[in-house]
Amino acid sequence: MRYITAVVLFIFFAFAQWWGLTQTPPDAMMGEVQKIMYAHVPAAWNSFLAFFVVFIASIAFLIRKKRRPEPAEGMFWDRLARSAAEVGVVLTGLTLCLGSIWGRPTWGVWWTWDARLTTTAILFFLYVGYLSFRKFVDNPERRAKLAAPLGVLIFLNVPIVYFSVKWWRTLHQVQSSPSTMDPAMVLALRLNAFAFLGVLILFIYWRYQIAKRKSEHEEAL
Amino acid sequence: MQKKLVLILGIVIIAGALGYLAFGKLENNIVYFVTPSELLAKGEVAFGKPVRLGGMVKKGTIEWDAQNTLLQFQMNDGTKEIAIISHETPPQMFQDEMGVVVEGKLSPDGIFRADRLMVRHSNEYRPPKEGEKPAVIYKDLVDTN
Repeated sequence: MRYITAVVLFIFFAFAQWWGLTQTPPDAMMGEVQKIMYAHVPAAWNSFLAFFVVFIASIAFLIRKKRRPEPAEGMFWDRLARSAAEVGVVLTGLTLCLGSIWGRPTWGVWWTWDARLTTTAILFFLYVGYLSFRKFVDNPERRAKLAAPLGVLIFLNVPIVYFSVKWWRTLHQVQSSPSTMDPAMVLALRLNAFAFLGVLILFIYWRYQIAKRKSEHEEAL
Repeated sequence: MQKKLVLILGIVIIAGALGYLAFGKLENNIVYFVTPSELLAKGEVAFGKPVRLGGMVKKGTIEWDAQNTLLQFQMNDGTKEIAIISHETPPQMFQDEMGVVVEGKLSPDGIFRADRLMVRHSNEYRPPKEGEKPAVIYKDLVDTN
């Protein structure tokens, strides 16, 4: 019973990926390799969403201090921020890897230092840095207090990543929209975006549970 | 109190940096590639300097010598064009009227010798038309000769 959500979700995820791989037409220019889109783009979108959760949870932690809170509530926001950051890092890593694999046959290079790729790499390292920073502070309350402003500040890179393709000349193309894509591709992309969203929520939830149990265990010692 | 000040200061600095990136004139510092017009406008100063050049492949100008892996084409930006020579097998999407970015140097003879060729893709995705097979589109280029 505990795993029913996960099982349903992973079946949906597998279905969405299968749909993207087999039930959509190939792109006229790129051919079948274009189907990397159904993992690359959902991973990128959902990593932004994960970092937005870090942002909101960090703000919530900071605001909560104002109204003489219970420590438990603060720890909730702190754990949520930490869990979302971790899942976001995994998704950004996935975005970078898949983008690289996609870039080689289509652009001709694994990597280039254009604004989109560079800012995305910075995004990855900012959140890796955020997670590493947390490891340096042993006291949980102090860690939460120091990490929260950081979680707010580094989010500012997310809009930079998003708009990089509009602000600067890049090798990476600007965002597609339903009007620049075949409807069958739009459908597959949306399907996979929701599948990744489900995975995102589930992973954050699981990571949160682990963090919670770990701190309960530490308190009991 | 002091902590709060530092925090506010930090936010102001980062927001300022963000605003500068968004609305400032950073163009000259983080230009990923220049266009043929911009490169030619520099005149002789541009010769022999490594640079990234971006534009469109002019229709009907691609000459591909598979034996010697020698690729020649004209890059166009709407107003000016530059002849490009590359010794690499181009990526599969390379074709007429495609966006390309090349890394290399402009020689005094007006030819741009590229060490690396990258293809830009638009944000448009569509299935192949009737009788058009994506695999064939790019195979054609390599199979010529």
